[in-house]
Amino acid sequence: MKSMYLAFLTLAVLTVVADYGLHRAGFSVQDVTSGPAVRLD
Amino acid sequence: MAIITHRLLAFIAALMLVLLQAGAGTAQQAAADPHAATGGAQTLEDILARQRGEAVDDDFRRGATGDPSAAAPITGQLGTLGGVSDPELWRALRYGTADVIVSSRAPAAAVVIQDSGMRWLAFREGPLATYGGYLLLGVLVALLLFYLLRGRIRIDGEKTGIPILRFSAIERFAHWLLAGSFVLLGITGLTLLFGRMAIIPLLGKESYAPLAHAGKWVHNNVSWAFMLGLVLVTLFWLVHNIPNRHDLKWLAQAGGMFSKGVHPPAKKFNAGQKLIFWGVLVLGVSISVSGLSLLFPFQISLFAGTFETLNNLGLPQLVGLDALPSSLLPHQEMQLAQLWHAIVAFLFIAMILAHIYLGSIGMEGAFDAMGSGQVDEQWAKEHHGLWYEEVTGKPAHDPTHHAAD
Repeated sequence: MKSMYLAFLTLAVLTVVADYGLHRAGFSVQDVTSGPAVRLD
Repeated sequence: MAIITHRLLAFIAALMLVLLQAGAGTAQQAAADPHAATGGAQTLEDILARQRGEAVDDDFRRGATGDPSAAAPITGQLGTLGGVSDPELWRALRYGTADVIVSSRAPAAAVVIQDSGMRWLAFREGPLATYGGYLLLGVLVALLLFYLLRGRIRIDGEKTGIPILRFSAIERFAHWLLAGSFVLLGITGLTLLFGRMAIIPLLGKESYAPLAHAGKWVHNNVSWAFMLGLVLVTLFWLVHNIPNRHDLKWLAQAGGMFSKGVHPPAKKFNAGQKLIFWGVLVLGVSISVSGLSLLFPFQISLFAGTFETLNNLGLPQLVGLDALPSSLLPHQEMQLAQLWHAIVAFLFIAMILAHIYLGSIGMEGAFDAMGSGQVDEQWAKEHHGLWYEEVTGKPAHDPTHHAAD
């Protein structure tokens, strides 16, 4: 069952990394759909 | 005086004749083009037909967006309109042909009007949710009936207690990466689809809101693990899932699932498992591609090009349909991607429900293959006799016993 638990752990890590990485890479909705002329914060 | 009166009468008669002919000409033109009578606008029949839900050919409006090249001089009457009247400008906005400049960087921000959203919503909350829900419930009922009628598929022979490695650690890792992400994606996807219809009436909006928020986050970000798992299982198992002659025999006997003591021969994967594999691959790729287009909105257009290819092949016409639209607004691309994503998801979930059943409570010893990775020798002989012979070099069955032949 170690493979199963390791897969689930990998799944969790990938999920968090994907969220963090995409934001860092400029793929957030705010980055993609707004410009400097738009004040969102 | 009489001559003048006579000439005047003759002139009036000629004028009336000309007017009558002109009127007849206009009437003939109106009969040929009903929109000539409305100055190019919709007719009452157009409006009534649309209200009856019939398709109305709107080419006469779509193209009527003015003519800047024929505009009056800027100092002339209406010259400031640039050859485009207000209705013509709104028509261009309505059909997405206006030259719109916006300061937003959003890819579809220049689309000011799109009217396909209500059709998308009506289909999503109507046929999609209804028939999709019936499909999943139907599969669950069928599995329950199968269990009640057939019971758990037991190992027919005596267990030998000798374990055989069925799946290596990396194979099991890939399977569970795909399976775990699929279950999470399935649950969160159904939660998002049925939230407004089923969960909000049950829990209330305040409770559903954080659930939907978390569900969306999980759905978006778990997708990468799913795609990685799909790639891994394809690499590991593609070669074992190429059809062979034993599959026909397996299918002819329905894998022995409906009768005890029948075990058609199979290699590493039997025909049923191969169907699952190819189903996972085809549906998995399709759901991944449509999912990517939803993850990166308006960046990946899938449908206009696909529809054009289908039209060129003549497939819609072959089944009696009109040509599919090969020019779509960015929003329509997204709406179609979402619907396709959900349709594929329903088929996928229905198929995997059967797989989960047979891999757990439906068949004795099946879970061990993917749990510990090891199966009992007798299980291997019965369910994958040819694979057993390949792995061990020993015959799967006594030559006098023909069950596996």
